[in-house]
Amino acid sequence: MLKMSAMNRKFIQNLAETLCKQVKHFDKRETECLIRLFSGLLGEQAERRAAHGLDRVRFRHILHNTFGMTDDMMMDNGTSPIWMRTRIIIMPVFRAFDKDNDTYISVREWVEGLSVFLRGTLDEKIKFCFDVYNLHGDGYISREEMLQMLKDSLIRQPTEEDPDEGIKDIVEIALKKMDYDHDGKVSYSDFEKTVKDENLLLEAFGNCLPDAKSILAFEQHAFQEQHGH
Amino acid sequence: MGETLSKAIQWSSDGDKLEDSPLNNDILTEILIYTEDFEDRYPKEARIRFREPLQWETTLEAADFTSDIYDTRGEAAVSLESDDKGSPLLQLSPPDITVHSFYHLSNLLQLSKDKKMKEIRACLEVNREPIKKIFGPISPTIHEDKLFNILHQLDEKLLSIAVRPITGEGRLSPAAVNTEVDLLKRFCGTGEKRVLKSVSYTSDYVFSNGCRSPPWRQMDGEICSLIIETCDTEPTLFITCSTSGVFFDERIHGEGGVNYYMRKSELYKDIITLLKNMSPHFAAAANEQDSAIQDVPSAKKIVHVETVDVGETGQTLKSNGHEEKNVPEKVRQQLARNKPGGRKKKLEPSLKWKNLGLTSSYDEAEEKSRRSRESKKILENGTKSPVSELKKKANFSGSSLPGSQSSQKIKSPGGAGDFSESSSEDEEDEEQPERRAEIPTDLPPEYWQIQKLVKYLKGANQTATVIVLCALRDFNLVQETCQLAIRDVGGLEVLINLLDTDDIRCKIGSLKILKEISCNSQIRQTIADLGGLQTMVSILDSPDKELKGLAAETIANVAKFRRARRTVRQHGGIKRLVELLDCVPNGVSMSAEQERDVEVARCGALALWSCSKSTRNKESIRRAGGIPLLARLLKSSQKNMLIPVVGTLQECASEKSYRIAIQTEGMIEDLVKNLSCDNQELQMHCASAIFKCAEDKHTRDLVRQYEGLKPLVMLLNEAENKQLLAATTGAIWKCAISLENVAKFQEYKALEILVGLLKDQPEEVLVNVVGALGECSQISDNLATIRKSGGIQPLVSLLTGTNQALLGNVTKAVGACATDPENMAIIDRLDGVRLLWSLLKNPNPEVQASAAWAICPCIENTKDAGEMVRSFVGGLELIVNLLKSQNKDVLASVCAAIAKIAKDVENLAVITDHGVVPMLANLTNTGDDKLRRYLAEAIACCCKWGSNCASFGEAGAVAPLVHYLRSKDPSVHQATARALFELSKDPNNCITMHENGVVKLLLIMIGSTDEILQEAAASCVANIRRLALANDKAKYG
Repeated sequence: MLKMSAMNRKFIQNLAETLCKQVKHFDKRETECLIRLFSGLLGEQAERRAAHGLDRVRFRHILHNTFGMTDDMMMDNGTSPIWMRTRIIIMPVFRAFDKDNDTYISVREWVEGLSVFLRGTLDEKIKFCFDVYNLHGDGYISREEMLQMLKDSLIRQPTEEDPDEGIKDIVEIALKKMDYDHDGKVSYSDFEKTVKDENLLLEAFGNCLPDAKSILAFEQHAFQEQHGH
Repeated sequence: MGETLSKAIQWSSDGDKLEDSPLNNDILTEILIYTEDFEDRYPKEARIRFREPLQWETTLEAADFTSDIYDTRGEAAVSLESDDKGSPLLQLSPPDITVHSFYHLSNLLQLSKDKKMKEIRACLEVNREPIKKIFGPISPTIHEDKLFNILHQLDEKLLSIAVRPITGEGRLSPAAVNTEVDLLKRFCGTGEKRVLKSVSYTSDYVFSNGCRSPPWRQMDGEICSLIIETCDTEPTLFITCSTSGVFFDERIHGEGGVNYYMRKSELYKDIITLLKNMSPHFAAAANEQDSAIQDVPSAKKIVHVETVDVGETGQTLKSNGHEEKNVPEKVRQQLARNKPGGRKKKLEPSLKWKNLGLTSSYDEAEEKSRRSRESKKILENGTKSPVSELKKKANFSGSSLPGSQSSQKIKSPGGAGDFSESSSEDEEDEEQPERRAEIPTDLPPEYWQIQKLVKYLKGANQTATVIVLCALRDFNLVQETCQLAIRDVGGLEVLINLLDTDDIRCKIGSLKILKEISCNSQIRQTIADLGGLQTMVSILDSPDKELKGLAAETIANVAKFRRARRTVRQHGGIKRLVELLDCVPNGVSMSAEQERDVEVARCGALALWSCSKSTRNKESIRRAGGIPLLARLLKSSQKNMLIPVVGTLQECASEKSYRIAIQTEGMIEDLVKNLSCDNQELQMHCASAIFKCAEDKHTRDLVRQYEGLKPLVMLLNEAENKQLLAATTGAIWKCAISLENVAKFQEYKALEILVGLLKDQPEEVLVNVVGALGECSQISDNLATIRKSGGIQPLVSLLTGTNQALLGNVTKAVGACATDPENMAIIDRLDGVRLLWSLLKNPNPEVQASAAWAICPCIENTKDAGEMVRSFVGGLELIVNLLKSQNKDVLASVCAAIAKIAKDVENLAVITDHGVVPMLANLTNTGDDKLRRYLAEAIACCCKWGSNCASFGEAGAVAPLVHYLRSKDPSVHQATARALFELSKDPNNCITMHENGVVKLLLIMIGSTDEILQEAAASCVANIRRLALANDKAKYG
């Protein structure tokens, strides 16, 4: 066991050496910390899956607990004010991490994803968010995708003839604001232009980045506490 | 306060409690607001000590006295400030509290927070006649006491509140007539069911006050004239609406002549009543609609209807406006009672905003109560097709709003039902009534779009909220229609609620909108009313810099009125804003983070600039350590940073502490440097700061040392920008107090430019220009310069003005010019002395004094001055009578002028006849050295006629004069010695002098280096000695 952990350490150091050159924003020590964290998380996972990397359940758990991002918006029956209930599109975020689409997040994907998550520049974040919102992976955010992402973002008016009228309206508003080339869908350059113009619209279709407080907490936890090892 | 309290306020039946009536509440609220603001508005008067203290049983405890001007000891609390006997001006020994001044009354109320009303009520219940307590049993008159004057104004304000319900409803207003005419127009038509044929104004032109009648007829209260064609009366009706009612015009038959506009009919209270009387067809048709009113389910409808004899309504009303005080109710009631059958629900009368179709049964009740406050016409046609659809939207409920501040507005459905709210509490909102008159028709399309977005905002989560906020921002928020639309659909409540959320993006989005729309004064007030300032102040603690900056910028916009500024202070906003200033403004290579800090600091400075218009905020900024931070920011090179920083500094420079700090923190150098920048606003603030600070000599020297005088003179060429010009000339004026600076100004040819500015300038510029010329004429070369550049004539013509500050400076400048004989010739030719002389009649003592000072050199330098003075009819009597003034400077100046006048013997004879001797003698007991000097001169000069010398002795002037020799002021000595010498020509005076020990004092004076003093003193001693010798000789032969 001890021997294995020593080997492991050597391996991690080498891996960190390579990764920190390829991934922006982290130095070697930080990369090492992240790899350690990753292997720690893997360890908790069922043996047979560990080989591939983090699975969705595990990842979802991390987003919930570590970054305070939840998607259980409709689970509390209106006890808390509606806009307090954050909706995060978990699966799309997972996909944005999982670049090779093998339904597992490898250690490289983990470090790369976190580099945007924690320290991404505006451009990187725009790219990340667009990837998240681009549900169908076709390079555009369509009306239907928006509708899907925003469907629970407004209280339904039971009195209205069409309860979704409001949502549809908001989708139209968003589309009108973003669709610079008037092709009825939002391309990457549309999205980039919109966000550069108004940063608030970075997470226009749902929360997919952690807030400043969670980032700070995560970095403290990941980089400083493990320093003692 | 006195009058209203005794007459208007309503006491309970047992007489010791204030009734809980709306009127009382209005009055108390007014008193509360007034008292609370008292210290801010009248800092000087607030310090005046009451004759007797106000004392009452309070619910406050020592713990409430958190301000540092109070000292708490156990349960008791006292103010640190105390009167000259050492007893504190505020004393709390529960449950009793004693207050001695408005200053503490203001503070007390501010500390009382939610108990304010209770305190003021308790205070007034036991102090039934506060005026007597404040002033003692004999009230001063308005003119002599500023404090009394202030309270008198309050009293009048309160009375107007008390009578508002009476007058407000009784008279027609242009808006009311307009509404009624609009209504009547809807009744017109061509079909069989039409009620009227046509209604039209005789004039399409509307004056700014809403009237259409020509101005000379508005004088009689007329509002407009109408031509109405009814279905059954012949011929056409010519009607005139006036504030007291509606009547037929003589013009019906076109019989012009003398009584052309004499009214033909009796007065009716409104057009509808008149028509009902004239046209049976109209009456029948109108009654049909009245019946519809019965269908509106409303239990409260009758609540507000006061008991009025219904038999009278619908009949003609007498012209007495007060009899009509319940007009709206009467109309209602009358309409409600006249209900012949045959109801066809073709027209549904409703409140005028009902035509928007946005009322629900809920706010109908609310409108009822609102209506009681408004004297507006109420009939309206409400059945239009789009209405039902809109109604549905208006019923959208925003009740699930989290963190709702549950203001009245939030409760009502977020539709246009909010339209007419909020005016009654708005103390400073003057525009409201005008605006309201415009509402009913033509709402712009933006209105409906904004309404829809705000509706979404109420039910959206963060994600959708951000999208909607961004969409809202795409409207032209600078446009007033959009600003008011956001308010009117209840958007402000939602935006302010968003500030309380956890989501940073929602807060930023909301602030970005609030920042824009708060440029509108009505929006500002609503934001303050909704508690937005408190939230924004707490946001200043946020770690997010963009958010902080936006909050500060919005505060800067909102805090443009007093109440808002106070709110910011009371919630600790000043300290937080000052903290925002902490940054390094001029880093060589700044990181993005540092640049963000600078931006935040700029926003903080903007907010402080707005806040610094209140005296107490200036103090708070200083205490929070703002001055060194401002000094550091002053080193910045960015104009957008410098403008708010210098703006704040110049605003605060009204306080001495700031003026000292500006000097000692080395800010003068930066201010001077920025005088040469290329931004006029910044230049203006810099000049204005120098203007305020340069009263201090060292500051003036600094301005010169940093070479600020030249740029100031350069700025004089920017004559188009009047604000800049006013600040620049002000700075030049104050800097010119130092002679070294005057020499510089001479070098830069400032005088020529200044003289050129004597014409066609606003008064605030003129005051400073003339002040500067006055100071520059300290150097005699400049007197010729002023003359040569043609300055005398405009100066003299300014003597006919009315602005007191300007007159003060002009008289001074003319006086200075008169010291030059050539100038004097011009002044004389322009009849300047007569103008100066008539300024002695000015009620302002400062003007009187400076006029009298100016007269002195005029008399001295005019040939035939005696003749000239005599030519002013009543002039001598006028100036002698000024010796009765209470003002020391007036007395001194008049004495000086009398000394000059008395040099002409004929004039001396005249003023002697006017009793100058006893009046001068009366003044001799003064301790004021300046007055003593000129008084002694006047006495010396007046001795030379008839028995004046002896009369002074009889009037008891000699003994006090002797004591003047003990004064520390050498100029007093010389004048006194001369006076004593003149007086010593009368033997009795010599005896009095001797008895008062004059010889010893004079002997000291003989040792003086001043030859005139020596000679006068010696001659006086000689006279005394001669008398003694003669006496000895008589005794001993």
